[in-house]
Amino acid sequence: MSDDRIKMAHGAGGSLMRDLIGDVFVRGGGDDPDVVGPEAMEDGGAVRVGDRWLVTTADAHVVAPAFFPGGDIGRLAVCGTVNDLAMMGATAPLGLTITVVVEEGYGRDDLRRIQASIDAACAEAGTRVLAGDTKVMGKGEVDGVVLSSAGFGFADRLVRDRGMRAGDRVIITGSIGDHGLAVMSARHDLGLGDQLQSDVAPLNTLVARLMEAVGDDLVGLKDATRGGVSAVLHELADKNGAGVVLDDVALPISDAARAAGELLGVDPLVVANEGKAVVIVRPGAVEAALAALRADPLGRDAAAIGEVIADHAGRVIVDTGFGRRLLAEPRGEPLPRIC
Amino acid sequence: MSAPQVDRLQFRDPVRARALLDRLRALTADRVDRPVTLMHVCGTHEQAIARFGLRSVLPPGLDLVMGPGCPVCVTSAAEIDAAVDLTRRGVRVATYGDMIRVPGTTLSLADAQAEGGRVELVYGVDQAVELARAEPETPLVFFATGFETTAVTTAAALLAGPPDNFFVYSAHKYVPPAMEVVAAMPDTRVEGFLAAGHAATITGFDLFEPMARAWGKPIVIMGFEPLDILAALVRAVELVISGTPTVENLFPRCVTGPGNGRALGALWQVFELTRGHWRGIADLDAADLDLRPEFARWDARVRFDLPRQLGDGDDTAACPVCPPQQRCGDILVGNARPDDCPLFGRACTPDSPVGASMVSSEGMCRIWFQYGGRPELGP
Amino acid sequence: MCLGVPGKVVSVDGFIAQVDFWGVTRQVRLELCDADVEVGDYVLNHVGYAIRRIPPEEVEETLALYDELLEAAAKGDGVDLLAADMRGELDATGGGGS
Repeated sequence: MSDDRIKMAHGAGGSLMRDLIGDVFVRGGGDDPDVVGPEAMEDGGAVRVGDRWLVTTADAHVVAPAFFPGGDIGRLAVCGTVNDLAMMGATAPLGLTITVVVEEGYGRDDLRRIQASIDAACAEAGTRVLAGDTKVMGKGEVDGVVLSSAGFGFADRLVRDRGMRAGDRVIITGSIGDHGLAVMSARHDLGLGDQLQSDVAPLNTLVARLMEAVGDDLVGLKDATRGGVSAVLHELADKNGAGVVLDDVALPISDAARAAGELLGVDPLVVANEGKAVVIVRPGAVEAALAALRADPLGRDAAAIGEVIADHAGRVIVDTGFGRRLLAEPRGEPLPRIC
Repeated sequence: MSAPQVDRLQFRDPVRARALLDRLRALTADRVDRPVTLMHVCGTHEQAIARFGLRSVLPPGLDLVMGPGCPVCVTSAAEIDAAVDLTRRGVRVATYGDMIRVPGTTLSLADAQAEGGRVELVYGVDQAVELARAEPETPLVFFATGFETTAVTTAAALLAGPPDNFFVYSAHKYVPPAMEVVAAMPDTRVEGFLAAGHAATITGFDLFEPMARAWGKPIVIMGFEPLDILAALVRAVELVISGTPTVENLFPRCVTGPGNGRALGALWQVFELTRGHWRGIADLDAADLDLRPEFARWDARVRFDLPRQLGDGDDTAACPVCPPQQRCGDILVGNARPDDCPLFGRACTPDSPVGASMVSSEGMCRIWFQYGGRPELGP
Repeated sequence: MCLGVPGKVVSVDGFIAQVDFWGVTRQVRLELCDADVEVGDYVLNHVGYAIRRIPPEEVEETLALYDELLEAAAKGDGVDLLAADMRGELDATGGGGS
């Protein structure tokens, strides 16, 4: 059925969401060299201020349940915003705004817990909330609590996502799939114990180390949130007219995420991460990038996982060690399956 | 030496895999013009084959097709419609994640949920029972899909005595009759079968013996790891080439001759076989699993008056959502490949599926769309 | 058609076991299992039920069976089906059914 109504899948990252944004929200623009606007479809926007760039980003956060193993919606809001700024090269966020939309009847204690998480995450990321807003909606008009955030910071050098070419290498800053599988397990009450933990974390310090170590050899940087590593790589492959080959054996996946993926029939490559970035570097910079990442606790498990190729533009291919297959581009929220 | 370990990684050894592939290539070298055609009947097999990239390295002398092995794909649209209708009658409907997005005649359970219906995704029947217990005033119907492997768990839950507000809407299906239908097709190219290892864990392999004899075609029980798959393919091709219509068990760590007696006991205590409609294929005799009358108090078909609807005979080309040119039926029985269908990847995609085989994560069309039967990716 | 995942039993309480799937532990019901299980046994899980106790020696036997297929092929029908280096690799990795 193709009607004009928005479906859940339009919000799940991947091609449907990109189509929607291109169709409705982003019309034209892109002709001012001193501005990066929404038409670029990057993690944030930027305007040139003197010899620097002022980077900004906006983000809305809905997660069920709001408290999940390894984090909660407050930590998610701060980290998501900080990470979007960092992915553009703004690794010292000057400040955030947070809007809280809360459902009538919601518990004050839960709001306190969320605020405590916001404060703690800000401290970790070295930033602060500068302004906020609170709205209450009627019972059933919103599901519990929704946060909306914005952030801003300066970047000396903007990291764009259109500099990737054949021969470049793909690095992931750590284990894949933890957040999405932890939330899925909690949401559907799948009883997978507490070994599965969200990876939600601010990546700005890690990115600063990386930028310092590899400089201009860093040619792509994206946090692998909705749609996971797969969505990010498809987006990069699409924007750069290149293909990507992933080495299945090299993918860092925690035992818990691997086991959960097998049990639920869900590929860790297509579920969200909230503390991991896909890094594209020139081939000569791989070792320096990995060394810089691994020196930081958040990049301890960083690994080189693939290569950019000229063929198969827009596609991501997985070399399984047995043969090759296409990596599915995520379409809609993955659901646990039994078949 | 330490005690033996059951580690699936042992069955992902690329060195052995390459050796088995070489063997497969050599065996089929003179069949490139007329490939040895084997049929598996299991979406999880297709998933595993795709996920490990095996399709890209299978030799050209082997054609591996998938038969009616996706319980989601063959669940009749009328039954999905009935489940959607239940949500409108104030009933909670619980089902597996696989089933949530599959469209009935017009709506899926996901659509019903968007309309405000109460649809619960569960990982197992136990979770559905718990959901019913937690809200005893509201009837909860477990829309039970899957083959015998899954049906035995539904049986166990009923034998354990669920609460009075818990009901089972059984869309469970039984695989062996569907294999018979495919084998009996006059124009079938299939020379040998690969039986699904997890279903055979329940049923055992003895029941395949008379089939292999009657059809004159070998049946090999296949597991799900790369080595399991490749070894079973090698053995099946050997049996086809030597003209030996026997049953061989290449998944002995899980499958035995008589099968799992306890599970079979539960299955036949709770269920009986009845004629049912397999979407895109036909009405099949003794291929659907209905609750026995002793379990009528938990039977949603009885409680909510949901009669079993049959199509009229063979509706291969008349799947409720299918335009005439769509080849769902042919694909489901292995007579066509997804890319033979004019709608595949064009009018029919995962975003706007036309047939169930494109919706279900283990539908052949969906798997091909995502992973591809794509030799061009090969090294 | 049916996802089945093997795991190792870490505790048993009546018909309920906790099973470790190499990373996550989940409750699994035992009433359908073909044999009684004890802590340390391996079971095949489908939708929260153990449907088979996997005898570890059967795993070794399965691997040995696969190697037999290859060995029979190598000796068999006059075709050199296994490249010599492949054979060597197999031997080097202990592929003979250790």
